[in-house]
Amino acid sequence: MLEARSLSATAHFLASFVPPAVDADFLRLVARETWRTVAIATAGISVAFVLAVPLAFVATAALSVSSLAGRMAAWPATVRQCARVLMVALRTVPELVWALLFVRVVGLGPTAGVLAIGLTYGGMLGKVFAEILESCDAHPTRTLLANGSGRVQAFLYGLLPQAATELTSYTIYRWECAIRSSVVLGFVGAGGLGQQMDSSLKMLAGNEVATMLLVFIALVALADALSAWLRRMLR
Amino acid sequence: MRLGPTTPSAVELPRHLIELRGRAALIALGALALAAASFWSLDLQWSQLWSAEAAKAMSKFAAEFFPPDLSPPFARKVALATAETLAMSALGTILPALFGLLLALPAARTHARPLARILTRLLLNALRAIPELVWASLMLIAAGLGPMAGTLALTLHTTGVLGRLFAEAIENAPPGPSFALRAQGARPAQVLLYATLPQIAPQLLSYTLYRWENNIRAATILGVVGAGGLGQLLSYHLELFQMARTATVLLATLALVLAVDGASYLVRRAMTR
Repeated sequence: MLEARSLSATAHFLASFVPPAVDADFLRLVARETWRTVAIATAGISVAFVLAVPLAFVATAALSVSSLAGRMAAWPATVRQCARVLMVALRTVPELVWALLFVRVVGLGPTAGVLAIGLTYGGMLGKVFAEILESCDAHPTRTLLANGSGRVQAFLYGLLPQAATELTSYTIYRWECAIRSSVVLGFVGAGGLGQQMDSSLKMLAGNEVATMLLVFIALVALADALSAWLRRMLR
Repeated sequence: MRLGPTTPSAVELPRHLIELRGRAALIALGALALAAASFWSLDLQWSQLWSAEAAKAMSKFAAEFFPPDLSPPFARKVALATAETLAMSALGTILPALFGLLLALPAARTHARPLARILTRLLLNALRAIPELVWASLMLIAAGLGPMAGTLALTLHTTGVLGRLFAEAIENAPPGPSFALRAQGARPAQVLLYATLPQIAPQLLSYTLYRWENNIRAATILGVVGAGGLGQLLSYHLELFQMARTATVLLATLALVLAVDGASYLVRRAMTR
């Protein structure tokens, strides 16, 4: 690494960072890829949400009817455990590994990124949703269930009003994380800014890399500020 | 007995609740619009994913993973890569703990002039803003393929994270002891060594451990761009369609992540008890 030739290559590459590439065509490309990055993150979070809500609903022990009469029956306990194991499995595989595998199945492009974020974040959201629901005061829910309301009703009228703010705020926070991760996923071919950055790096086009790094930092800062503002608004 | 009149106005919501509902509805609408725009603008190949052909391809792809290649030479290679991953994460946490502390001093309000503070904060923010994987692919140009690039990437990103956390810890240290020393005429270095650092040492240690946990997880995937460890084996064998070997590497990755999760859970429980 410290050999003269390698050092001069590095220095050359670093020198090419300034000035960043700002020609109109390239900026248009970067703008498009930036939107795709945000879109992959948003679509991924949507998939994750759709996965997480039923999983969390199934996993929440406060919604157990059989446990009203003492211990939870064996069958419902097994189903709850299965939902938990499924969520652990989904989130234990790093999203980058999901992306690598999906790139193999559906080819290069945003589909792999959306699926990777959807599965990993589905597991994370589901787990945290279930934890938030469990940490609510269970009394209203139990009363509703004891009086014969269905699980969905007990969830909507007993648990959701207590937990809605926290659930929303956590989902927004995860969206912010997904934006960061969707850039990274691009490096294995899942589309967006990361993929573009990867190809510019491979061509040693330092000025393009510099522009995209700046855009990326700005994007993350923006998402960070937006997410903090939205979460403050909910309080 | 007469019951009081029950008009709808009697159950009106408090004002702040109405406002909160309005805001929540706005956020929900915004989120829906953004999600719709995202799905619409991305050329997603759902149809390809749900077709019978894709199902066949996917089940064939999944079947190729079995059985994983557990032959001794390859298992040794995977074990070596696991050790490399752990070594990368350890070095990539210890070095940043040192650099982070060095940078935290000028970044903390307590010990620094405003200009130095702003400049160090900028540097720390820039280091932190770029993810490990992006650093890794930048470092490949300087350090070449292998664990060196991964270690450097972890070091750069983690220095940014720890530097900031350490600076905040220094700023939030109780001011009493350092004030007492300063009143006795101690020099700034003495104040730092005998008042500030001893107070925040446990916090620094716990931040460093937390980052180590994070870095083990990061190190397993950094290699995907060629920066050493399990990730490099994973992408190598996946590229060559050696699915049995890929499966072994995947198993090792999962085992490592689960082990770290379990260990961190146990340590946390032991510490809070």
